[in-house]
Amino acid sequence: MIAANLPALQVVLPLLGAVLCAFFRRGVWAWGVALLVSLTMPLIAAGLLVQVLESGTISYALGGWKPPYGIEYRIDVANAFLLLLVSLIGAVMMPYARRSVEKEIAPERQAWFYTLYLLNLCGLLGIAITGDAFNVFVFMEISSLASYGLIALGRDRRALLAAYQYLIMGTIGATFYVIGVGLLYSMTGTLNMADMASRLAGIENSRAVLTALAFLTVGISLKLALFPLHVWLPNAYAYAPSMATAFIAATATKVAVYLLLRYFFTVFGAATVYTRLPVAEIFLLLSLAAMFGASIVALFQDNVKRMLAYSSVAQIGYITLGIAIANKTGLTGGIVHLFNHALMKGALFMAIGAVFYRIGSVRIDDLAGLGKRMPITMGAFTLAGLSIIGAPGTVGFVSKWYLGLGAMENGWWWLVFLLVASSLISVVYIGRVVEVIWFRPLSNAAKGAKEPPLSMLIPTLLLCAATIYFGFDTTITAGIAGRAAEWLLAGSG
Amino acid sequence: MRLDVIFRVGAKILLPIMLLFALYVQFHGDFGPGGGFQAGVMSAAMVIFYAIIFGLETAQKVFPPRLAEIMVPAGVGIFAGVGVIGMLLGENYLNYSPLADDPAHGQEYGILLVEFGVLVTVSGTMVAIFYCFMGRGR
Amino acid sequence: MDLLYQIVAHYNHWITIFLMVSGLYIVVSRGNMVKKLVGLGLFQTSVYLLYLTPGKILGGTPPVLSPDFSVYSNPLPHVLILTAIVVGVATLALGLALVVRINEEFGTIEEDEIFAGDEDE
Repeated sequence: MIAANLPALQVVLPLLGAVLCAFFRRGVWAWGVALLVSLTMPLIAAGLLVQVLESGTISYALGGWKPPYGIEYRIDVANAFLLLLVSLIGAVMMPYARRSVEKEIAPERQAWFYTLYLLNLCGLLGIAITGDAFNVFVFMEISSLASYGLIALGRDRRALLAAYQYLIMGTIGATFYVIGVGLLYSMTGTLNMADMASRLAGIENSRAVLTALAFLTVGISLKLALFPLHVWLPNAYAYAPSMATAFIAATATKVAVYLLLRYFFTVFGAATVYTRLPVAEIFLLLSLAAMFGASIVALFQDNVKRMLAYSSVAQIGYITLGIAIANKTGLTGGIVHLFNHALMKGALFMAIGAVFYRIGSVRIDDLAGLGKRMPITMGAFTLAGLSIIGAPGTVGFVSKWYLGLGAMENGWWWLVFLLVASSLISVVYIGRVVEVIWFRPLSNAAKGAKEPPLSMLIPTLLLCAATIYFGFDTTITAGIAGRAAEWLLAGSG
Repeated sequence: MRLDVIFRVGAKILLPIMLLFALYVQFHGDFGPGGGFQAGVMSAAMVIFYAIIFGLETAQKVFPPRLAEIMVPAGVGIFAGVGVIGMLLGENYLNYSPLADDPAHGQEYGILLVEFGVLVTVSGTMVAIFYCFMGRGR
Repeated sequence: MDLLYQIVAHYNHWITIFLMVSGLYIVVSRGNMVKKLVGLGLFQTSVYLLYLTPGKILGGTPPVLSPDFSVYSNPLPHVLILTAIVVGVATLALGLALVVRINEEFGTIEEDEIFAGDEDE
């Protein structure tokens, strides 16, 4: 019974957990519930992945209403991989959350924080698992509304502004998405993605369908913070509570990227997307703009969280570059980077959260000399930073390697140089922080600092170790990503 | 509003009718326009009306803010819980058919319960929002 | 004449487009946070129309099974839009709550005044 209902449990457990958390007034109890749910999630996701790898796509009819009439949960290689990623990140971060939240959030609001976190998790997993276009919108709004709330819980009053800005941009993005779905629905009469794909065959060149594609692309690009649409992201990441930043940075944009892949490759099909509209060219241009523009802005930030946020925009550029390259190797690079970036950005934001826990500041001047007081945390920060740069032996290198190979396959040798050049910029902005941490005299703020509690240190180190491990052993990540890429490209037929 | 006898007496007459109508809309939702959402708003409007006429403190004695706060997740819990019952009875999540011997009746009971959950959440949310904003700036 | 017919026959889409564009324009052009939310609401409302109007089928009755009728209007768009309305209400409520908090913290809800004040810090 449990095995058959795993797809529903994946989404329902966080929802029920959120309900339970909302009853509690004490943050610790809510944390206990959230921890329990977060630790169960990867088990369910792993179970689903095993089932998918063994016996192919799983289809789960919600409420017993047969697809395409009812809502279908549809799990294949691509989204089973994503489910595992999101739930693993949640599971690793939850033990970390308790101390961080106790420090940063007023006691009467801590239970609400965990409620919102679980709702966010529920929404993200829901987007990944569902095969129904409108259901995606509902889950998208669940996760977005929860993340506006999470961001607004930040101590700094500018967190409110950031949340408001994100609310406006996010709602516009979601509404664009619904417009796209509405146009597709009026053209095909179905909301089930698989059914939609088959019914689009033959009418994919009609104006309404192409308009739908345009609306969907813009709407989802707002959610994934593609370069000119990223303005909500830096403030939101900079002022949100550390735990919220780490979780949202590691998961939310990744899920949006997945959604884009899903529409491009399984609903519309690569043939329509790449031949009828200049999607590859647009994404190539915007990705490059993100890789350079956002990296250069990151150079001038004094707030380390804000700097990492701009670096996120740049890294998202690498992921979308994989979409622009659009051959198997390049797409594998994009998907691997999706996974890798979640790991390294998670580790970086957690390390910075630990710094905030000890010294109450994330300004770069206050971090001076911190390497002497918090060597382990700062070591983790440095290693994850090396991964952002793409140093060999870290995950960052693996994804850039695949992206480079994919670019060569298309004959875009100049792109390889640009990849290297943008990595050099990240050497500067990461190097600037690393230099301050290790080689400057101790700042006043950092005087009394010591290593964070083990509950915060271990999860950070775990993610950091993962960035190294998957940098050497690429069979799991690149293997599954390769299968997913192959599957996505084949799904275009 | 100490002297507004007409208001107070009128409100006292209207309040039970409002609640009754909310319940009518709730349970008539199966056959005609209505349902948990509308009924929830109406019953919340009753509390809000009471608070406007008799003052926030009196209203909060009758309908404590903590109750509103509990009602919000409770309704969601009812909705999700009913779905889980279907799962425990061996069907897919949200399948209400096994709730009764006859699948059609099962669906009806399921929808009734879910609508009740909607009523609880919506009225709780409305009242909670109202209390939040009324309590500000005092 | 044909073109005119095309334009008039799709009048529902023209209304949708008008609402959509004016909503977006308000969001972009206004600095007042409440007005921005009003624009956002207008923008979302346009989508409701986009869904609802093709759902009505000419000559169709309400979708309640009956032996007397064979053509029914499509009920699904209404269900979807009911969901979308609830989502829209939730967004609006959260947005207004944020504006109230911003007003308490900054003393204003005009964006340019807030950003001008922020520079001094």
